[in-house]
Amino acid sequence: MSDTEHEPSRTRVPMPIATLNDPHLGDAAKNPGRVEGIIAVVFVLGIIMMAAFGAAYWQNWNPWILGGTLGAGLFLLGFGLTAWGKYLMPQGPFVEERHVLAGSTAERNALSAALVERSTVVVKRRRLLGGLFAAGSGIFGIVAIFPLLRSLGPVPGTSFEKTDWRRGIRLVDSNGRPIHKDTLRAGNIVTVFPEGHQDDIQGQSMDQTVLIRVSYEAFTTIKGRETWAPEGYVAYSKMCTHLGCPVGLYEQQLQLLVCPCHQSMFDVTNGAVPQFGPAPRPLPQLPLGINSDGYLVAQSDYHEAVGPGFWERTTT
Amino acid sequence: MSDATARTKRQAKEALGPYGRVGQVVGELDDRIGIAKGGRVFLDKIFPDHWSFMLGEITLYSFIVLIATGIFLALYYVPSATEVMYNGSYAPLHHQMVSEAYNTSVRISFDVRGGLLMRQMHHWAADIFTGSMIVHMARIFFTGAFRKPRELNYTIGIVMLIISIFEGFIGYSLPDDLISGTGLRIGYSILESVPLVGSYLATFIWGGTFPSNAVLPRFYIIHVLIFPLILFGLIGAHLTLLVRQKHTQFAGEGRTEHNVVGSPMFPTFMAKTTGFLFMVAAASALLGAFAQINPIWQFGSYLPYKISYAVQPDWYMGWTDGVLRIMPSWELTAFGHTIPLEVFLPAVIFPGLVFNLALLWPAIERRYTGDNELHNLLDRPRDRPKRTAAGAAFFALLFTVFGASSTDVMANYFHLSLNFVLWAFRILFFVVPIVVGLVTYRICLEMQGVHGVGKRKRSVIVHLSEDGAYSTVTADPRPDDVRTELHPQPVPERIDIEPLVNGKDTETPKSSPTGVRQVTR
Repeated sequence: MSDTEHEPSRTRVPMPIATLNDPHLGDAAKNPGRVEGIIAVVFVLGIIMMAAFGAAYWQNWNPWILGGTLGAGLFLLGFGLTAWGKYLMPQGPFVEERHVLAGSTAERNALSAALVERSTVVVKRRRLLGGLFAAGSGIFGIVAIFPLLRSLGPVPGTSFEKTDWRRGIRLVDSNGRPIHKDTLRAGNIVTVFPEGHQDDIQGQSMDQTVLIRVSYEAFTTIKGRETWAPEGYVAYSKMCTHLGCPVGLYEQQLQLLVCPCHQSMFDVTNGAVPQFGPAPRPLPQLPLGINSDGYLVAQSDYHEAVGPGFWERTTT
Repeated sequence: MSDATARTKRQAKEALGPYGRVGQVVGELDDRIGIAKGGRVFLDKIFPDHWSFMLGEITLYSFIVLIATGIFLALYYVPSATEVMYNGSYAPLHHQMVSEAYNTSVRISFDVRGGLLMRQMHHWAADIFTGSMIVHMARIFFTGAFRKPRELNYTIGIVMLIISIFEGFIGYSLPDDLISGTGLRIGYSILESVPLVGSYLATFIWGGTFPSNAVLPRFYIIHVLIFPLILFGLIGAHLTLLVRQKHTQFAGEGRTEHNVVGSPMFPTFMAKTTGFLFMVAAASALLGAFAQINPIWQFGSYLPYKISYAVQPDWYMGWTDGVLRIMPSWELTAFGHTIPLEVFLPAVIFPGLVFNLALLWPAIERRYTGDNELHNLLDRPRDRPKRTAAGAAFFALLFTVFGASSTDVMANYFHLSLNFVLWAFRILFFVVPIVVGLVTYRICLEMQGVHGVGKRKRSVIVHLSEDGAYSTVTADPRPDDVRTELHPQPVPERIDIEPLVNGKDTETPKSSPTGVRQVTR
């Protein structure tokens, strides 16, 4: 193709200078002067807003003014620039050829040949060295990953199964006050912890227990748990058996404990058996007793793991 | 000023050559690192114009806003679970023992100048980031932009989406407030549910049993360094591939598989896109100023035995929460072991399937259609009814389970029984994707029959040849746009484009430098 063939529409100049010759490199707007004026006003407003933001920051005005001025300033500058690009800069449409990314067959073959031939030569001739290096790297990989993982945290051990509840330990509320047998009336509820663990965040998680005083008429005693609920006091783990959220809602009328996370509901009067929702198991029950001073105590730890299920969890 | 000095000044200016200082700098740089050729190609790079191509730009620019606001927050936030007494200016929390993380987060909100704005901008930008990424991904999917040669870039995009969701979840947890702490508890329990290694995973990642003191510093360094660094690298790869493979474009006048039609990098695209960066930042700032988000001072510091009503994660995690809610309580116990399927299936297997399906889709589609050709022209969604129906069903499923994450709120609001809402969502989980898929398929077929949809103006194409010269070509109108007889056009199953095998293919048109040729049936 010679230059003369497409003479009228062809310019052999870089794009910035070509605006003089090529209509497609000119302004996109029909009335560029007017558009330029509008954009100038937008920019001036943007400058004012940015300055106002500076003043607002300097004077520590409230966040509304800070964000309002910053947002307005950014928007005006951005809007002006975009409008400049859209109406006063070359729009074309221009066309650009796509270049072939793939090489020729010969080039591909040359690369493949280099890879295959050289590696074959190296590995085949020095099998012993290759094997030894591979073994060394492999061992390094294992020794590097394994202890790194191991030192990230303690192995779980029995930490998912054991809580701080022990025989004779008193039940206290979050302020450390022990619960006397006369503290609650029927239908009342309180969150309790083993005495001495109420402020320890680990204890607050694993040991959290709801203590509810129920009326005898409504209560179903489960076989093997006849002595666990003295004076109508019944205690269940507060950790939901679904995903471990605190079972924090108590529906007094229906005697249900409700987990706000995924709406599992547990029947307080019947061993906290789930009545609704995704929880698979009843809330574990804490065996209670009353000591000689009339305070509520635990008879033992929970008889099963509290909280959500996990692989090592054994069924009772 | 004497004539002599003026003359010397003029001489000095002339010595610089016709392009002045810029020319001199270009010359010096070109001598050393050779920028002239590549730089010119870069300035002349053509970007096709379509509104949907800016979705990815929103994501990129909200990432920049996230980095800027995140640096500000990092100057004041302390990732520590140590208990301290709150003495800041928010009176209701006075003299309460709270974690250092919560203390500093509330102090950022009330005692650091501009802190509340920066915190809310950061949170809003994070929501814009994930949201625009998902919409961008949907655009790529429905227009077939993931097809060869862009499968790798599609994969990078999905990996970035996965990382971003975790990045958002971790960032949401850092203030250590009551709601995010509950989210962490749920995350811990989900890890516990993994068979064989679950309890080890949980204690290793958290550095102990929940709520370990080690977890906040760990999540902090992941949030501010490790994930952003990975994202930064992947964004670099994403954009490098975009430049190397060039942008896709919709079919239209003068647009072929072998060219790109649009506006040039410099100055047009640069001006528009920089303006857009400012506007995305403006959107974050205005939302941060006027739309309250995550008022942590109202929730209080996290305590493991406390909880509030309507506990929901940030929206991009909501869909996993929804599946957890509608899953029946199917715990497996056998041989002295427990597999909590009621957690493991919805919270690990389901998201795993969702992301694997997204990752594998290009391979699945290629296997199904047998299409192994290079594609630079985008599909209109209606021209690929099966893909469009599958994608619509996929997103419908995710929307359904997202809705299921508010079963309690819906039951309250509409005065329905929770049981009814739960069962409705269990049924909708299966029904909605099927119905949406079938309806979408039908709509696509109907739209194909409509004549002249997508008719465009005719315009003149300016052609840029390799040596930097321009010529104009009046493009042919699209066949669809020519009003002749109203015969419904059969849509080809696919357009075969055979790759050039050895450069000797005589049938290749001369105007096709991409090494592909079009075969008409």
